[in-house]
Amino acid sequence: MRLDWELARRGYRRYAAYPAATAAGAFTNTIFGFVQAYILLAVYRHRVDIGGYSAADVVTYVWLAQALIMTVHVFGWQELALRIRDGSIATDLARPIDPLRYWLAFDLGRAPYHFLFRGVPPFVIGALVFDLRYPSPGDAVAFAVSVTLAVVVSLAFRFLYNSAAFWLLDYRGVVTFSITVSLFFSGMILPLAFFPVWLRAIAHVLPFQSIIQVPIDVYLGKHAGASLAGVLVLQAFWALALLALGRAALAAGTRKLVIQGG
Amino acid sequence: MIEVEGVEKSFVTWRKTGRLRRKRIEVHAVADVTFSVPRGQVVGYIGPNGAGKSTTVKMLTGILVPSAGRISVGGLEPSRQRIQLARRIGAMFGQRIQLWWDLPLIESFELLRHIYRVPADRFRENLATYREVLDLDPFLHTPVRQLSLGQRVRGELSAVMLHDPEIVFLDEPTIGLDVVAKERVREFLTKVNAERGVTVMLTTHDLADIERLCSRILMIDHGRLIYDGTVSELVDRYGGERTLVVDLEEPAAPLDVPGARVVKVDGPRQWLRFRRDEASAAELTAAVAARARLIDLAIEETDIEDVVRKIYTSGTDA
Amino acid sequence: MVDTLVVYRRLIGAQVRSQLQYRASFALDLFGAFLISFLDFLAVLVIFHNVPRLAEWSVHEVAFLYAASSISFALCDLAMGHLDDFPKKIRDGNFDLLLVRPRGTLFQVIAADLALRRLGKFAQGVVVLGYALSGLHIHWDLGRVAMLVVMVPAGSVVFGSVWVTGACLAFWTTEGGEFTNAFTYGGNFLTQYPIDIYSTWARRFLAYLVPMAFVCYFPALYVLDKPDPLGLPSFLRFSSPLVAALAALVAGSVWRLAVRHYRSAGG
Repeated sequence: MRLDWELARRGYRRYAAYPAATAAGAFTNTIFGFVQAYILLAVYRHRVDIGGYSAADVVTYVWLAQALIMTVHVFGWQELALRIRDGSIATDLARPIDPLRYWLAFDLGRAPYHFLFRGVPPFVIGALVFDLRYPSPGDAVAFAVSVTLAVVVSLAFRFLYNSAAFWLLDYRGVVTFSITVSLFFSGMILPLAFFPVWLRAIAHVLPFQSIIQVPIDVYLGKHAGASLAGVLVLQAFWALALLALGRAALAAGTRKLVIQGG
Repeated sequence: MIEVEGVEKSFVTWRKTGRLRRKRIEVHAVADVTFSVPRGQVVGYIGPNGAGKSTTVKMLTGILVPSAGRISVGGLEPSRQRIQLARRIGAMFGQRIQLWWDLPLIESFELLRHIYRVPADRFRENLATYREVLDLDPFLHTPVRQLSLGQRVRGELSAVMLHDPEIVFLDEPTIGLDVVAKERVREFLTKVNAERGVTVMLTTHDLADIERLCSRILMIDHGRLIYDGTVSELVDRYGGERTLVVDLEEPAAPLDVPGARVVKVDGPRQWLRFRRDEASAAELTAAVAARARLIDLAIEETDIEDVVRKIYTSGTDA
Repeated sequence: MVDTLVVYRRLIGAQVRSQLQYRASFALDLFGAFLISFLDFLAVLVIFHNVPRLAEWSVHEVAFLYAASSISFALCDLAMGHLDDFPKKIRDGNFDLLLVRPRGTLFQVIAADLALRRLGKFAQGVVVLGYALSGLHIHWDLGRVAMLVVMVPAGSVVFGSVWVTGACLAFWTTEGGEFTNAFTYGGNFLTQYPIDIYSTWARRFLAYLVPMAFVCYFPALYVLDKPDPLGLPSFLRFSSPLVAALAALVAGSVWRLAVRHYRSAGG
């Protein structure tokens, strides 16, 4: 437990060491937030409600999505794959803590930093310019829980596609494809309620909506009571399922390394 | 060929003096350096790390603009006539590779040929010469990233000389190389200097490089030129000393041996310093063995750091 | 001038050959780039699945603007995308190596690479353009054809100027690389949609301050024969080449200034 905490702290500090880069990134998030907000407001000149979202809902959605981009690290991450490729994974495997647990702890430390410093500032700026919606205290707590679960789901998925490097020399294709699919079905680009029915159906059976769409819906109060519990359980389910798959991939990959000598 | 007069280079850095405040500090990397290098000379530029060597070379090659003073390289002013000067000089910076990492060595040469506008026949001649002298054929078509350090250095040296520069600046060209490779590099530089009259400014920590290649040494420390003279003078005066380290069977009083003086005693081990021209290691060993029971011995050469330190502390030796 | 082009061709030729060495890997990269860039257009389609018009623009009109912007950006990304790594070049001290060569530094930096996989985005733009034109009834005359042909490279030059200006930041601080992204990739995203969607003050900002509105929007208004919501004089629609030239001039000047700073402040 103590080790996990230490790793989390390291994860936080690693990104806190580059304040200028973080500020620059937050600026980028702000610009994108503005563009997306105006696009959606233009859409809402023609309709009052789309899929249960009002104009205020979608604008809030935009700024929350921008806040979550770096928090859940939705645009992908390849560090593990690089370490597998250059062989440093061997030293990682020799350590008392296995890579999956290591990266999970590390990421759970990193996420608060990004939420606070790349998520909150653009959101505040968005709040100053637009009329955003704010959660009830209960929903706010549920939101915190949901975001944490989203980070775990995202990390587990990232771990999975990174482990392709155990088997593929040129893993970039798998990584790119995984990022593309997860981005599309996470609700990052537009709320899934905007999608045609058949695309929405596909999205519902995939884990990716747990990364962006679900936390935002919780914030907006789209779920209450049993529905709220259900959606959090769904996130937890995907988190555990993907972690289990990750562990299996790690075991298989380690076996392969040991046999082939990396 | 190279004329440097009263050249200074200062940098401004900010040092944290508290939580938010910072103090403006001016670092004088090079302070009032004056020297002149005639055409065809091979000059060694030495000094401890941080002395101002690379800053000087950067000013000579046009990378940095001096804060004060006048520089003329091949009759051109590096800071104002950078591109013109670049056609006539070559530069090799130790750890930084100018060859294209992913491309075969020969392709780097071809690209440089076009960048420097080397006439086709001259390029072919030079390439043939370097291929032979530096033995490039075994790896001419290998991507640079797959080359060993020795091979890469040979490739870099060829690249530097492809466009027939009149002056070359070499920063630690032999660092990390094995003995055979070092010798090849030195032979190449000697040949290029003798046959084409190329002026060479060599920055190095290796005293053997200096002894083999340079007829003249410039020594810089803390931004100031503290020695400008021939290599033989330097070697005679300071590099001429060696240390014989002897391990006796049991501790003894400092040995009195002609031609050497004991500079340190630690139990059964003694350090005897002697001058190269006054005694030979063999003679001293025999003399020591005659006076005490000798178990083991070693010979330490004086390295550049010691030489510089000595010159710096003795002050007026410039 | 000719000599410069010859050297440019040789430098990027070497990179291109190196990229094409691994055919399968390259093809996959290209296809991947094609797919990812489609995500942006899928957003447009999803939007129009829910509404008939976006700020008085039909789906084919938005597709036209989107395609022109995509192609402009892709061409620029092809030639200059690697400038994103420029901060690292400075950090590693490799910029000095460029100063020792008898060529301009900006030329060497740009000529260092040509990432062919960006053609995936270019191809995507062409496909979307085909879709757009199939649904539009444009009265093609010499003027409109010329405008279509000019607006794309002019847009690329504007994007390129933004990229170069952004890269100059690396001479002062190596951590600000992401700041440039806000303008390059942000600019790309922004120009995919009509400026009509913004509030009045934002529209003015985008027209007069950061001339993104000139990249494809104003020329598109002319080709599509749409009124300008800002009510600006119509000759501005023909000014994108001029804006592009000005932008390039500014970028070149900023670069020169930045290099001068680098050479006095110490590499």
